[in-house]
Amino acid sequence: MMESSALIQTIRDIVQRHNKMPTRLLQILREVQDSLTWLSAEAINAVAGELGISPDKVRSVATFYSFLYTEPHGSYDILFSDNITDRMLGNRELLHYLSERLGVEINSTRKDGLVSVGTTSCTGMCDQGPAALVNGYALTRLTKPRLDRIVGLVNAKTPLEQWPREFFEVVSHIHRADILLGRHFADGAALRAVLKRGPDAIVEEMVKSGLRGQGGAGFKSAAKWISCRNAPGEVKYVVCNADEGEPGTFKDRVLMQDFADLVFEGMTVCGRVIGARQGFVYLRGEYRYMVDALKATLQSRREAGLLGEAILGDPGFSFDIDIHLGAGAYVCGEESALIESLEGKHGVPRIRPPFPTTHGYLNQPTVVNNVETFASAAKIAVQGGDWFASRGTAESKGTKLLSLSGDCERPGIYEYPFGVTVRQVLEDCGAKNPQGIQMAGPAGHMISEKLFDRRICFEDLATGGSFMVFDHSRDILDGIRNFAHFFVHESCGFCTPCRVGTSLMRDLVDKVHTGHGTRADLEEMRKLGQIMRVGSHCGLGQTAPNPVLDSLDQFPESYERRLRSTAFEPAFDMNAALEQARWLTGRTDPDAYLDEEILQGAMP
Amino acid sequence: MSEESTFTLDGRKVPFRDGQTIMAAALAAGVYIPHLCFNPEFPPHGSCRVCLVKVNGRMQASCTAPAMAGQVVQSETEEIREIRRGILQMLFVEGNHVCPACEKSGACQLQAVAYYVGMLAPHYTHFYPRRPVDASHPDALLDFNRCILCELCVRASRDVDGKNVFAVQGRGIKAHLVVNTPSGKLGATDFSLSDKAAQVCPTGTILSKHSGYEIPIGQRLYDRKPINVVGDVAALAVSKGGRRHD
Ligand SMILES: Cc1cc2nc3c(=O)[nH]c(=O)nc-3n(C[C@H](O)[C@H](O)[C@H](O)COP(=O)(O)O)c2cc1C
Ligand code: SF4
Ligand code: SF4
Ligand code: FES
Ligand code: FES
Repeated sequence: MMESSALIQTIRDIVQRHNKMPTRLLQILREVQDSLTWLSAEAINAVAGELGISPDKVRSVATFYSFLYTEPHGSYDILFSDNITDRMLGNRELLHYLSERLGVEINSTRKDGLVSVGTTSCTGMCDQGPAALVNGYALTRLTKPRLDRIVGLVNAKTPLEQWPREFFEVVSHIHRADILLGRHFADGAALRAVLKRGPDAIVEEMVKSGLRGQGGAGFKSAAKWISCRNAPGEVKYVVCNADEGEPGTFKDRVLMQDFADLVFEGMTVCGRVIGARQGFVYLRGEYRYMVDALKATLQSRREAGLLGEAILGDPGFSFDIDIHLGAGAYVCGEESALIESLEGKHGVPRIRPPFPTTHGYLNQPTVVNNVETFASAAKIAVQGGDWFASRGTAESKGTKLLSLSGDCERPGIYEYPFGVTVRQVLEDCGAKNPQGIQMAGPAGHMISEKLFDRRICFEDLATGGSFMVFDHSRDILDGIRNFAHFFVHESCGFCTPCRVGTSLMRDLVDKVHTGHGTRADLEEMRKLGQIMRVGSHCGLGQTAPNPVLDSLDQFPESYERRLRSTAFEPAFDMNAALEQARWLTGRTDPDAYLDEEILQGAMP
Repeated sequence: MSEESTFTLDGRKVPFRDGQTIMAAALAAGVYIPHLCFNPEFPPHGSCRVCLVKVNGRMQASCTAPAMAGQVVQSETEEIREIRRGILQMLFVEGNHVCPACEKSGACQLQAVAYYVGMLAPHYTHFYPRRPVDASHPDALLDFNRCILCELCVRASRDVDGKNVFAVQGRGIKAHLVVNTPSGKLGATDFSLSDKAAQVCPTGTILSKHSGYEIPIGQRLYDRKPINVVGDVAALAVSKGGRRHD
């Protein structure tokens, strides 16, 4: 630990660099932790003091984001991505291997304080897993030999900058390109179009295009822009949602990595249309590896007159973009939680209405759109709404980027016109013997073989882009269990049905998974799921029961073959009994009573 | 009353002013909708979800949903009661609520609402969280086992008392109430029993130390009449068995 005076100086410098702005709190805490490895009470108080805010505000942020630590933590922080697709690729074995080789228990820090090992929600590297993060930087294609080398580097205290570059290589596997990824785009073309034709004409093209939000909800983008444009307010904002937290999605990563200019240009067009001078990209913490490159792109756009003051020489057209980094919170993808986070707070979703278009960032009118939405908008500004609308279906115009992962030969990005069938996608990605698809991530829908002729579009199967394939060798319930645990980890904790319901649902799924469930438990899952679905405050809790509710209908056999008895409910509840024992013996790990080995041994 | 400024609640016409929520309008009209994190003296919070109603067929929290002309609102249906019951059961298993051993029993809003929605047993498996009691304050006792995270004390202390004694920290099921001092102890704050924050808790988390069991069980606030008749414990004067200072 650093000397007190040195610690204060470090923090003072960081806070100064952020102009002592409380809205930068999350960014400040990230940087403080980068220097100090964890956020001690002293560090938290110093940040509060420098910012002139109360320490509890700082602590509520520090205890909310999963990449911030308020307990001592290793200088090397290694987190394995633990999505079901990582599991399919054998990440658990690698995790145990690494923990053994390093001599550190999973979810803890080695005694010498050098290294911590744990797991995290999907890191968006599903097409090149098993994946992990080291101090927030993505590691891809992990293998045992690679882990052996990592062990050596950690033990030798080699700085990350000296680790082999190939460990951090993130490849954009684009297997099918259409109008968005396929056509050349000249930087500045959309800005020239908006200057030449005026914002009204661009709005008209947006209306004609029929473009709908690509984040998944499918709200008409033109309507959102118009509403924000007409909202009273001197200062307006444009926010690009690059939180991409839905497990199995990675298309926004590819867009930000390879098409950043297109995205920035779409944001700038939006700024011109609604009358905003400032934009933000909210980039998920897992993508910190691309921050420097994005900043460089922004800088070169400024130098080329495409960003900043007097864009393309027009003194009335000024717009700049700032990048905010998240810190491990799926809920911050929800637009109002995202805005809270942008303001430097913990990410609890706001009460809506009012909506961001009238009361967004700092309560000012704000457009929040997905990365892909902005990229599409830039193309529409150049090519026109009719051109865009010539693709797709009646209610879903244009194309959709799908992120394919799981059991297929060619995982990666596929751009299709809306309306493509699930079957077609499966054929194109080389899925042999598929049994089901998790569409649109854990919050989306589970699709069994009988439904493979359904179409991907808002009229039928809506999706933000995640498409995880399960073949017949897989146990669907493994996926369901993984998703149930994901939602427990990601619930923000604000409202009762989600905060408590996600834990209850996880316990029920675990119970069935370990062979202790009865038919009554399945009924219980349905009832609980219904309460969560209709009662939760935000989309996270409302969709959290989806995988369970869908799979109960679509894959009843996955549950039934594990039921203890399909008819009766045992009077003796092992689950409850063992929980008492856990309490008495002082086992504090939350899943102790569901430890598979223990339960297997206890089974008759 | 013009046609534009009413909605129907379980078939009854309820008038409202522009900007009022369904809950506020119902309260003003004397119609009870069960609630825990809502207190008419504070802006709505929307976290407990006990006040769910069906608005034109869609479930919404009545304490945050704006009232609109012509809305058809359902509250006392079996479907909604069942959902509210489930939410109450979640609150009970999430904490440690040993009602017979709680000084608040009988005058507890949580318990009264549970009775009101017909909850007879906790139903779900108990979480048995470990939450130490804080007895460091000379006059007040904090039993975190009973906290339902409604944040009324947080809001009262910050916005009314100007003391900012309480806060919620952590995420998800790990979210918990804390006292804003380096030691985390209430004794180190300037909290006082005359604070607004001492009067708003709908459960038995924040208790007065020197008076206990003054009103015998059986004669307490909700022992004879249900909460929809008596009203919220935080809205009633101490002399009437409530928590509000006379
Ligand atoms: C729990 C939750 C997570 C979300 N995550 C994302 C996300 O990572 N990226 C995204 O664009 N939208 C996400 N959304 C949807 C946003 O709230 C919002 O609808 C979207 O950013 C609007 O942009 P669009 O209209 O361009 O789709 C999420 C919603 C919820 C409820
Ligand atoms: S549903 Fe409730 S607890 Fe869950 S993330 Fe949304 S606000 Fe938080
Ligand atoms: S102590 Fe009481 S008032 Fe405060 S959050 Fe908990 S239940 Fe609500
Ligand atoms: S990063 Fe491994 S599945 Fe998403
Ligand atoms: S009273 Fe409305 S959500 Fe709590």
